[in-house]
Amino acid sequence: MSEPLIVAEQLIKRFGEFTAVDGIDVQVEKGEAFGFLGPNGAGKSSTMRMIACVSPITAGRLRVFGLDPATQGADIRRRIGVVPQLDTLDVELSVQENLWLYGRFFDLPRPEAKRRSAELLEFAQLTDRATSVVESLSGGMKRRLSIARSLINEPELLLLDEPTTGLDPQARHVLWDRLYRLKQQGVTLVLTTHYMDEAEQLCDRLVVMDQGKIVAEGSPRSLIGQYATREVLELRFAADGNAAAAPQLEGIGERQELLPDRVLIYADDGEHALTETHHRGLQPESALVRRASLEDVFLLLTGRTLVD
Amino acid sequence: MLLRIVPPALVVRRPHRMIERHVVAYRRQWLIVVSGFFEPLFYLLSMRAGLSDLVGKVSIAGRQVSYEAFVAPALMASSAMNGAIFDSTGNVLHRMKYARIYDAALATPMTPVDVAVGEIGWALIRGQLYACSFLGVMAALGLVESWWGLLALPACALVGLTFASIGFAGTTFMRGWADMEIVTTLMMPLALFSATFFPISSYGSWSWLVQLSPLYHGVVLVRAANTGVWDASLLGHIAVLLGLALAAIVIAARRLDLLLRK
Amino acid sequence: MAAMGTPGALRVASWHLTAFRRFWRLNLLSSLVQPLLYLLGLGVGVGSLVDRNTGSGQLLGSASYVAFVAPGLLVTTAMALTAGESMWPVMGSLTWQRGYHGIAATSLEARDIVFGHGTWMMVRSGIAATAVAIVLACFRETRSWGLLPGILAAIAVGVSFAMPIMAFSINVKLDGAFAGLQRFLIIPLFLFGGAFYPISQLPTVVQWVARLFPLWHGVVMARDFSVGDVDWAGVVGHTAYIAAWVVAGTWIAIIRLRKRLYP
Ligand SMILES: Nc1ncnc2c1ncn2[C@@H]1O[C@H](COP(=O)(O)OP(=O)(O)OP(=O)(O)O)[C@@H](O)[C@H]1O
Ligand SMILES: [Mg+2]
Repeated sequence: MSEPLIVAEQLIKRFGEFTAVDGIDVQVEKGEAFGFLGPNGAGKSSTMRMIACVSPITAGRLRVFGLDPATQGADIRRRIGVVPQLDTLDVELSVQENLWLYGRFFDLPRPEAKRRSAELLEFAQLTDRATSVVESLSGGMKRRLSIARSLINEPELLLLDEPTTGLDPQARHVLWDRLYRLKQQGVTLVLTTHYMDEAEQLCDRLVVMDQGKIVAEGSPRSLIGQYATREVLELRFAADGNAAAAPQLEGIGERQELLPDRVLIYADDGEHALTETHHRGLQPESALVRRASLEDVFLLLTGRTLVD
Repeated sequence: MLLRIVPPALVVRRPHRMIERHVVAYRRQWLIVVSGFFEPLFYLLSMRAGLSDLVGKVSIAGRQVSYEAFVAPALMASSAMNGAIFDSTGNVLHRMKYARIYDAALATPMTPVDVAVGEIGWALIRGQLYACSFLGVMAALGLVESWWGLLALPACALVGLTFASIGFAGTTFMRGWADMEIVTTLMMPLALFSATFFPISSYGSWSWLVQLSPLYHGVVLVRAANTGVWDASLLGHIAVLLGLALAAIVIAARRLDLLLRK
Repeated sequence: MAAMGTPGALRVASWHLTAFRRFWRLNLLSSLVQPLLYLLGLGVGVGSLVDRNTGSGQLLGSASYVAFVAPGLLVTTAMALTAGESMWPVMGSLTWQRGYHGIAATSLEARDIVFGHGTWMMVRSGIAATAVAIVLACFRETRSWGLLPGILAAIAVGVSFAMPIMAFSINVKLDGAFAGLQRFLIIPLFLFGGAFYPISQLPTVVQWVARLFPLWHGVVMARDFSVGDVDWAGVVGHTAYIAAWVVAGTWIAIIRLRKRLYP
């Protein structure tokens, strides 16, 4: 079997005294879609930047395509596409110039760079804005342009740091579809996200990071199976009633979690838990039974909600 | 094998890509580029119209020349400095800290040295455009004495190279726009006291101070080209400028690496 | 100019002052150092060439070249300062920082903002011109009581550039326009506006262009004061002409700012 595309062993990144990535082990296989999930400051972007060879590692071992980023960074970067968390588009250039000039950084011949940029404009649905200056684009359009730009060198590995932040729901779905198709073509995807639905949709496998460490690893389904129940009952009580109600809910379901605005009850049968709640004479303002998601896995692992 | 001797961060492969980007970007702003030519021109015309009569003749290289003939080569050298500095400080700061153009470039096979060399090269090219047109104006005004005057172009290129490198290296230490004030504050005395508007002999025993100005060495070179009178001492002036440029390029590439590859 | 001291204008001016407090030290330093360098470089250095040339004294009408250049420096410093302060900062207050929008959301209006800017520019050019005057007073050849009215002339010229340029900057979209204004107006005026030699040296057309802008009028007044040879009728004429620029600039600025803030 060939070596994995990305191998990180005891990877560490420090900024001065502060340790942003604290000894993580990760392997990404060719053709896989791999996700980093975690709250703000978990160290996702720091990890992505090390893999993209734009940030030197502090300690540990990192190989991308079997190459060492410290000495063969340019050779690695030639084969990957990067969508950074914050757009680094060239605001002094037009949309199409952003694409083909970026291609020139990869030594594409000019006609080829221009041909690909026309294709990518189509891909990003920006053809009618081809000659606009980037500054005049909306946030979502800029994001789509960033993603299109990362594909100009036909990368084998695509690194996407929160690719859909700032996109409207429809654009997100379109993008998911595009990423899915890239994956079908054999492109390896590595992405970070705050969105659970995104991780569940796109990732074959993911790791949950918190404070620089990996706290769980597996496929979305297996993580949910391992760390949560099948269903979740969400209860909201009238003003400040959540904390008061919590003790009375003791024993219903397998576990409960008290959040400022609601109480979560983990149970394999949510409806049954709700009936039990009513039996105990509790009258929540609203009650919702849903399938457990990665959000719940995350809550359980870190004791915090993801987006706050 | 080469990789083992030269640290990988110091290999220059594609600086011209950075220049290509600027050529495209400036196509929309060509007016700004063109307008840069007029500043030294206005200075020259003003000196010619107003000060020439007041000053009378000035002696250089043992000959009496008009004041404008004395000032013109110096203006050419200082405009090479100005062009190089402004392109390598304000514009670079903007691209580095605010427009984040280098962040994008470094995610590709481009290296920090490619970026540094590319930026310095671009500043040089722009400076040469101004130098060429200025030389043309000088010739039209009868201020170029012989074909040797063409050597003023490589002399200005050297001035441009030195100041672009120093400017770029300095910019990597800047914290923000406020620090640009330092640049303008430093450039004024250079422009005024590099034997530009009056000969170094006027300084008497203070003339060593003038030697400290890199621009002075450039002015000497351009003036020598213009008069066609030179000797071996020019090699010393060339060495000073080249040495400064090389040191600055190395510092610039290292600092850029530190700054952008966090 | 007295009309600018309305309460609203003063509040806007004090808003400028708050922002200025953070870097006044550096600013004052360069206000002192820059004229000193020009004085040494152009006044003393070029002066040594000019003064040994017999016959130049008649052209200049003053004892030495330094004494001739000094009042010019006083006035051009004010022009350069207020011109710059009325370009990027004005555009910035309307675009990326939106400071003017913040002011306009209070009980103050466009007129107050424009008058406030004018008042503030009077203060700033006053500070800068005083700094130059202090430098000039340090040297025997340039010391004179005429520097005091010279400061007033500098302030007048400062405001007469600030107001029309503010009017221009209100609707500027790209800051490339400012580079153009600097290169094609401010620098040529600095060079051809009579600060370094009498404009009678220049071709007639250029002379008239120089006379068109307020700078030359201020320079001539300041020079007359410092040489001690004052033609009062001329002073009245020059002052009236400068005031006309101030009034016209202020008026247009108010109209344009009103359109911009309350479309
Ligand atoms: N250049 C830097 N210098 C100093 N500290 C940094 C730097 N970059 C990141 N950090 C710190 O490292 C930690 C991890 O940051 P990182 O950007 O990797 O988090 P993240 O998981 O991507 O978070 P987010 O979801 O907010 O994007 C944070 O505490 C951050 O403050
Ligand atoms: Mg991040």
